[in-house]
Amino acid sequence: MQEEIGELRRSHPKNLAGGDFTLCDAFYFCKKGIENIVEDQVTQRFTSEELASWNLLTRTNNNFCYISLRLTIIWGLGVFIRYCILLPLRITLAVIGLSWLVIGTILVGLLPSSNVKNWLSDLVHITCYRICARGLSATIRYHNKENRPKKGGICVANHTSPIDIVILANDGCYAMVGQVHGGLMGVLQRSIVRSCPHVWFERSEMKDRHAVAKRLKDHIADKTKLPILIFPEGTCINNTSVMMFKKGSFEIGGTIYPVAIKYDPQFGDAFWNSAKYNMVSYLLRMMTSWAIVCNVWYLPPMTRQDGEDAVQFANRVKSAIAHQGGLVDLSWDGGLKREKVKESLKEEQQKMYSSMIIGSDFNEDI
Amino acid sequence: MGSTSSTLLKIPNVEVLMQETGFSPAHIIRLHDRFKALDKEGRGHLCPQDFGAIKELAMNPIGDRIIGAFFSPGKETVDFHTFVKILAHFRPVDKDRPKEPNSPEPINSRSNKLKFAFQLYDQDKDGKISRDELLKVLRSMLGMQVTEEQLESIADRTIQEADLDRDEAISFEEFRKSLEKVNIDHKMSIRFLR
Repeated sequence: MQEEIGELRRSHPKNLAGGDFTLCDAFYFCKKGIENIVEDQVTQRFTSEELASWNLLTRTNNNFCYISLRLTIIWGLGVFIRYCILLPLRITLAVIGLSWLVIGTILVGLLPSSNVKNWLSDLVHITCYRICARGLSATIRYHNKENRPKKGGICVANHTSPIDIVILANDGCYAMVGQVHGGLMGVLQRSIVRSCPHVWFERSEMKDRHAVAKRLKDHIADKTKLPILIFPEGTCINNTSVMMFKKGSFEIGGTIYPVAIKYDPQFGDAFWNSAKYNMVSYLLRMMTSWAIVCNVWYLPPMTRQDGEDAVQFANRVKSAIAHQGGLVDLSWDGGLKREKVKESLKEEQQKMYSSMIIGSDFNEDI
Repeated sequence: MGSTSSTLLKIPNVEVLMQETGFSPAHIIRLHDRFKALDKEGRGHLCPQDFGAIKELAMNPIGDRIIGAFFSPGKETVDFHTFVKILAHFRPVDKDRPKEPNSPEPINSRSNKLKFAFQLYDQDKDGKISRDELLKVLRSMLGMQVTEEQLESIADRTIQEADLDRDEAISFEEFRKSLEKVNIDHKMSIRFLR
């Protein structure tokens, strides 16, 4: 802000080194306001990223104009391949993957607790998640595997879609955290918890932050249990930026293993716009894209340092993830998708501006 | 399958709009998408709350005034044409456009940009920025961070510097004169395409 207003004033003959109000100061706010009316930083994060060049999927075609017959034929061929060949194959794989997961984990659950049980449980989980990943034609590249999350730790990642879980679980076993669901999800949840401990909360328990924190603490205190997987943004963002991390996960203690996930939008858009699509149509879109290509970076573990509070720690982890994944680091709260802006943010703008003007005024009066 | 021309066709009087504002078809389409995105209930026009939903605008100190600039006195809705025409003020100036003697001044001329800014200050539209109006704008931009006296001294100083005919108010001509060296074309223009 300071720079732009300074520039505005440099051209004004009477003004010297900053300070003092001038009529053109309003231009800065006006221009910013109009820019935000045309496009703003927050809303654009909740819609799919625009591609620089078309990838033959109608859904990414925003400025469609008829280019040539040849392109239309290629597009038509693409539709045929995706819907008639790839889609049935993928659905079959997904069904196989999920059903074996349920059956396998129930079988493993029948065994008494032992090392063999844990080993078998890991085997079942990884195998079935890999089948599911094939069901999405997911091509995943893992970097820095030496930093893979260890037992008794918390794994933290940026959130783009429910598929993130499948992506991460392909390379390691995690304890999931979440609400108890009914239906198919409920069946999955109940079966996988038989073979290794996950943390499922009743809806009523979720409201009690202390109870939640306690259960998570107990879980990580037990070093034989798998690392917990948490998405601190709390909502799906479109993979161009990382939004504010909720501090709750960072207050529990323990070692945090940050993970950055970046999808390549050329082959398929993984972002789940929950306002626009429900789960079923989302999965259908996933299965009719070309492929899901992504990179996963395991970052070195971090712990909270002395004198650092949970919010600062959360921001530090967020910056590391944003930096590695090549995402924009935003401090906006993902919850803004649904809520209004606080007054305090406006006051901050006013504070910044007034310090420019009043700061120098004091000098003049003296 | 559709094509750009079919989206354009859905907008009534789009040719006239493009001519008046100087926006290209690509611009109009992007603005139309944005208009539809802001018009969450699909009513075909925008009301002040729709603008208020833009988070960064809500935290802009003069956000309310900017929103007000879209609504002519008495009107409570903005249709797409008005939306585009107001935004046209911020289109970068065409340097290569030949000066046709009989054509009306383009909406994004330096003078019209200045008029738009002037209206942000001059809320009662009497053609002058009175001391009170200046105080109001200052209060919006500075919030509770300054005292009433500081505010008044800033306002008095500003009027003193700009008011040439000593009528205790800043007319449009005085406004224009005091900003004559400022690069308005650059400072009051934005990029419309990503």
